[in-house]
Amino acid sequence: MKKDLLGLQYLPADEIMTILKNAVKMKEIVLSDKKKINTLEGKTVVTLFYENSTRTRMSFELAADYMGAHAANITASGSSVAKGESLIDTAKTIDAMGTDILIMRHGSSGAPHLIAPLVKASVINAGDGLHEHPTQALLDLYTILEKKGRIEGLKVAIVGDVYHSRVARSNIFALKKLGADVSVGGPSTLLPRGLENTGAKVFKSVQEAMIDADVVMGLRIQLERQKSGLFPSLGEYNRFFGIDDKRMCFAKDDAIVLHPGPVNRGVEFSSELVDGASSCINEQVTNGVAVRMSVMEWLRG
Amino acid sequence: MKLLIKGGHVVDPKNNIDEVCDVFIDKGIICDVGNDIELDDIESVEVIDATGKYVTPGLVDMHVHLRDPGFTYKEDIESGTKAAALGGVTSVACMPNTNPVCDNVTVVEYIKSKAKQVAAVNVYPIAAITKGLQSEELAPIGSFKFAGVVAISDDGKPVKSAGLMRRALEYADMFDVTVISHCEEMSIAEGYMNEGAVATELGLKGISNCAEEIMVNREINLAENTGTAVHIAHISTKGSVEAIRQAKQRGVRVTCETCPHYFTLTEEAVRGYNTNAKMNPPLRTDEDVKAIIEGLVDGTIDAIATDHAPHHLDEKNCEFDIALNGIIGLETSLGLSVKYLVNENMLSMSDLIRKMSLNPSNILGLSKGSLSVGASADVIIFDAQKEYTVDVTKFASKSKNSPYDGFVLCAKPEYTIVNGEIKVNRGELV
Repeated sequence: MKKDLLGLQYLPADEIMTILKNAVKMKEIVLSDKKKINTLEGKTVVTLFYENSTRTRMSFELAADYMGAHAANITASGSSVAKGESLIDTAKTIDAMGTDILIMRHGSSGAPHLIAPLVKASVINAGDGLHEHPTQALLDLYTILEKKGRIEGLKVAIVGDVYHSRVARSNIFALKKLGADVSVGGPSTLLPRGLENTGAKVFKSVQEAMIDADVVMGLRIQLERQKSGLFPSLGEYNRFFGIDDKRMCFAKDDAIVLHPGPVNRGVEFSSELVDGASSCINEQVTNGVAVRMSVMEWLRG
Repeated sequence: MKLLIKGGHVVDPKNNIDEVCDVFIDKGIICDVGNDIELDDIESVEVIDATGKYVTPGLVDMHVHLRDPGFTYKEDIESGTKAAALGGVTSVACMPNTNPVCDNVTVVEYIKSKAKQVAAVNVYPIAAITKGLQSEELAPIGSFKFAGVVAISDDGKPVKSAGLMRRALEYADMFDVTVISHCEEMSIAEGYMNEGAVATELGLKGISNCAEEIMVNREINLAENTGTAVHIAHISTKGSVEAIRQAKQRGVRVTCETCPHYFTLTEEAVRGYNTNAKMNPPLRTDEDVKAIIEGLVDGTIDAIATDHAPHHLDEKNCEFDIALNGIIGLETSLGLSVKYLVNENMLSMSDLIRKMSLNPSNILGLSKGSLSVGASADVIIFDAQKEYTVDVTKFASKSKNSPYDGFVLCAKPEYTIVNGEIKVNRGELV
């Protein structure tokens, strides 16, 4: 039994594959009429979110529910967090209530790494700062595997605000480990220094990054980044870095399009692309529930 | 009390002494340094056998945060100077970012009077350059001089405006007060560790080398233009070393210090979100560490100071981005410097003692850092080879925020003598 899932950087490839393979049967459950298994019966799953989230938290909570667990949630504003309690104290309190799985999202990189050794519960990182978002990357990998049948040898282009993206980091770590060729493209102000050390190839034009790609993964642009002077306007971002059907011509004909959501239509992706045949964005959401069920089984089943 | 230190390897760079001989101390003053000192009234003399050990001037640490007044839960003048004594530091210059800020003569007087009552070593206050460290108006620099302040600094923050810094340099030069600059261009310093591959992997915002170097270059330009002197605190990058090296060649009156962590650790120490590897400026790369050592070797870097920055456990046992900057250093600086510089044949013991004692003393205008006859008897005795394991729980400092816990170091002071009084005896506080 594993204790925690904090990130994909140090998770061996065979463990990643175990989680992905097991997600196949979980997806059948998610798509069935009777969404109920008893793998986590009697267990308590708590989501502790210090940042707003709709889809990730709901995805985890549904996953826990389908598996028969008790699910409770705590958000930063409606709790002792607002009274100034430290993260460590909050986590220890939740742990002391008999929590089996603690799902954490926090704005500080490394926050779940701080907590994991201090609690009995399994900790799942649901996003820490700019660092990792392992379950998002796992659902991306699952989607790629489902559509392409393999990961090894595929060319994956990750496009957009890589600097602020924990989704990008988790994906790069895992894709490289599984033998994919990863290209990264975006405005130079949003590409972090030393990114090449991860094994990703770094391009300052999205077209170059997308050449012959099997998978094009867009990243969400946070609207407030413009105010910090990282790019002049959303319009200019879209003009040079946004992806539409025309720019998709650089990728392979059968390339698929992924996005962690929520999408800013007309900024990082055109609406036509989001709703088009190559888009797997809605399926990613379904797969997210399946993969999170698989992760919880892997930890506590 | 009369003290005779016999048979040690005496290193006194000021007087070019680097040989086995004796040191005789009486009434708090160095009375004689020489071979086989014979004394008539030997019964009244305490004799220390220093055979096989170094005997050097006590260290002068020109960059220490004693946190007193205001943050005495982290450190105070008593605990901080005890830590200094255990580390072989016989004089500390303490930074003004206390609460209240040391930007007025009253706080200077408080520090001096408390030090007189409780300090284990000599304490020299550094006062603020600007009122409240706010970078808006000059603090009373002339009055500081007459209150016994040895330098001024807004350490922890830069003086943001070049115009105000220029005035500070000019005004302080008139009173012969040393100006110490914390070099950081804030607009590109928004981050938690060194910018680069490790920060990218860890998802931590990075601080560019430029944040330090732009300001180092600004201070050099200002000092050169006005003909004044400036001392650059805690340099950490290759670019800073190069800028200062070139400035010195041009005759600019610039001096600088680095800290043991900038030549013994790199940004790799941050992995695992180790908050005891978080400080400002941040730990840099291998290349920077090599450049810092080169700068120490060729004399570009004048001094080694600790930037001893105590923080409570709760201020470090938290998320990396909200953890406070800084580490303690008084009890490990000599061990780290001897192990990584002298025992690695980068610096001679004499050069090391020059950088840890004589040079900082000169930069601050003190008369410390030597074993000259007539000088106050600040002396340390240590074995440069004898190893020990660092155990932060045994530190005298109230805070334990050191990244060196568990390191095997050497040169732990066996004796620390301050103004002729033994403060550390056989490695223990008296």
